Amino acid sequence: MTLLKIESLSVEFPTPDGLVKAVDQVSFEVNAGETLAIVGESGSGKTVTNLALMGLIPKRTANILGSAKFESTDGVVNLINSNQKELRKLRGREIAMIFQDPMSSLHPFYTIGDQIIEAHQIHNEVDIKVSRARTIELLEMVGIQGAESRMAAFPHQFSGGMRQRVMIAMALVNNPSLLIADEPTTALDVTVQAQIMKLLRDLQKELKMAMILITHDMGVVAGTANRVNVMYAGRIVESAKVRDLYANPLMPYTQGLLASVPRMDRTKIGRLSAIPGQPPSLISLPSGCSFNPRCNRKTEVESGKCESQMPELRLRADEHLVRCFAGEGA
Amino acid sequence: MSVPIMEVRDLAKFFPLASQGIFSRVKGDNKAVNGISFSIRPGETLGLVGESGCGKSTVGRTILKLYEPTSGSIIFEGEDISNYSNSQMKALRTKMQMIFQDPYSSLNPRHTVGSIIAASYEIQKIVPEGGVKKAVQELMERVGLNPEHYNRYPHEFSGGQRQRIGIARALALKPKFIVCDEAVSALDVSIQAQVINLLADLRDDFGLSYLFIAHDLSVVQHISDRVAVMYLGKIMELADVDSIYNSPHHPYTKALLSAVPLPDPLLEEKREQIVLSGDLPNPADPPAGCVFNTRCWKAKEVCFATQPELLQVGSSQVACHFPE
Repeated sequence: MTLLKIESLSVEFPTPDGLVKAVDQVSFEVNAGETLAIVGESGSGKTVTNLALMGLIPKRTANILGSAKFESTDGVVNLINSNQKELRKLRGREIAMIFQDPMSSLHPFYTIGDQIIEAHQIHNEVDIKVSRARTIELLEMVGIQGAESRMAAFPHQFSGGMRQRVMIAMALVNNPSLLIADEPTTALDVTVQAQIMKLLRDLQKELKMAMILITHDMGVVAGTANRVNVMYAGRIVESAKVRDLYANPLMPYTQGLLASVPRMDRTKIGRLSAIPGQPPSLISLPSGCSFNPRCNRKTEVESGKCESQMPELRLRADEHLVRCFAGEGA
Repeated sequence: MSVPIMEVRDLAKFFPLASQGIFSRVKGDNKAVNGISFSIRPGETLGLVGESGCGKSTVGRTILKLYEPTSGSIIFEGEDISNYSNSQMKALRTKMQMIFQDPYSSLNPRHTVGSIIAASYEIQKIVPEGGVKKAVQELMERVGLNPEHYNRYPHEFSGGQRQRIGIARALALKPKFIVCDEAVSALDVSIQAQVINLLADLRDDFGLSYLFIAHDLSVVQHISDRVAVMYLGKIMELADVDSIYNSPHHPYTKALLSAVPLPDPLLEEKREQIVLSGDLPNPADPPAGCVFNTRCWKAKEVCFATQPELLQVGSSQVACHFPE
């Protein structure tokens, strides 16, 4: 079942230097219960896509176009043209989000118990005791020992990993059907990252919720996602099931990305095969395919085509979409 | 065997913890580095890995005498520099340099790239052959920057390019030894690979030795000859890169390696992860006995009573009562 269907989503920020197209004509679907990963480097538009879905980009600062139809319990809602009042009913109840930095997303003056209770009270007309019990249940579920007494603690009394657990508990308090996790483990150490990713995987299975996982780490994606969207300069350049993407990446950018990470599971090589150049500025994108100045497969295409035309995102294999002229055939 | 370029014996660095108030008294010490020994041979790269707060950056700064060591000795090219004064150190600084993590805060935004790199010559009162400008432009070219950008300011460069500026600055005085403190951590994957390749090329061209401090185990494996694993101010295991990654002896090394996500969905499915419970203990109040005992699944009575020494196990040095 399709839970969220995004069609031609664009987010443009007018700036004194010109229009910044942070997200350009992005379309994808999220099915109930699955994990969709969005990977890309900084500035590729992965976070802005999700902030736009949550209505967290002020309308006066950006032009947001397209549609995002979310299957809520009260029927289909278009997240893009809903007002804040409508969104507020959904956020934290049916769609929840966890952020990269748990310290700045928790209020430093309130105890963590109060913050989670508040998230429950806003969406449920129940006695505070019920919310309290629910909070304890959630804190235990995310692995915080002595939940009842830890509720009275303030965020600064927790370590980074524990704070991220609190954020997860808060996000899940109303049983959302979609969880958006924006770089949930980037600020954490590897051993803690392993704990948090395992927790997210287990909870997702148990609660049957869908998850959009935003990350730049190809390793985290491999262990968690069902499907992957690769973004570059505001566009989706490749979309596939996780196994297909790693076994058979088709877009030169994805190939380069996978080849440029040092691999612990393979024998040591002399040099890494880096992608030359750097990501383009979103104000002055190269004409044609945005990746063409860094691409090593341009020679496979008739000369000048990559520089003048933007390739379409085309179906190349089973559920495998690629935006590239190379290998497209006639 | 050749003389090590850098040797460290029983190095410790404690930071005093002051209590609040006007009449602050020292309440105790944050034992950031607590008795570690290692050596680095000329041309060798020693990787130093560990989680945040384990003291790896403090090691890097202390051996360059950016911090005064609390005890222990630092021997650079056969000279004990642990008690050297700042002026004595200044002469040595031409031979030892550092590359920092954050390419944004480690470059002065009001100085041009040219003057940032040239500052090394100015401070040491060295006039390079052919003049300062020519030397700086050669360095810029060597690290992959356009020498014509000599008069630009740091904000005009991207993160990867700024890191190249930091590398050029470190290379200016032709050092022999460079501490790379999380030198590629802030960079995007595709840029990270470029900078790692650059660091490896420079090492081979100039015969540099690196202490490569990083939390990313895949990167450390790629660049290092030997690796030291730190936990809570102590070295847990020290061995050749292949021994560390293929046959780790210390439970912590094992857990750390198993926690690294691999970019391969098939391997990830089959893999058994050792998920450590809990967080790093407070370094001001480390557990008695082995510092890893609070998170170790093999801990027995002896682990809570006595601190294991770093002993030879096969070709590795391991600090564990029950090495694998």
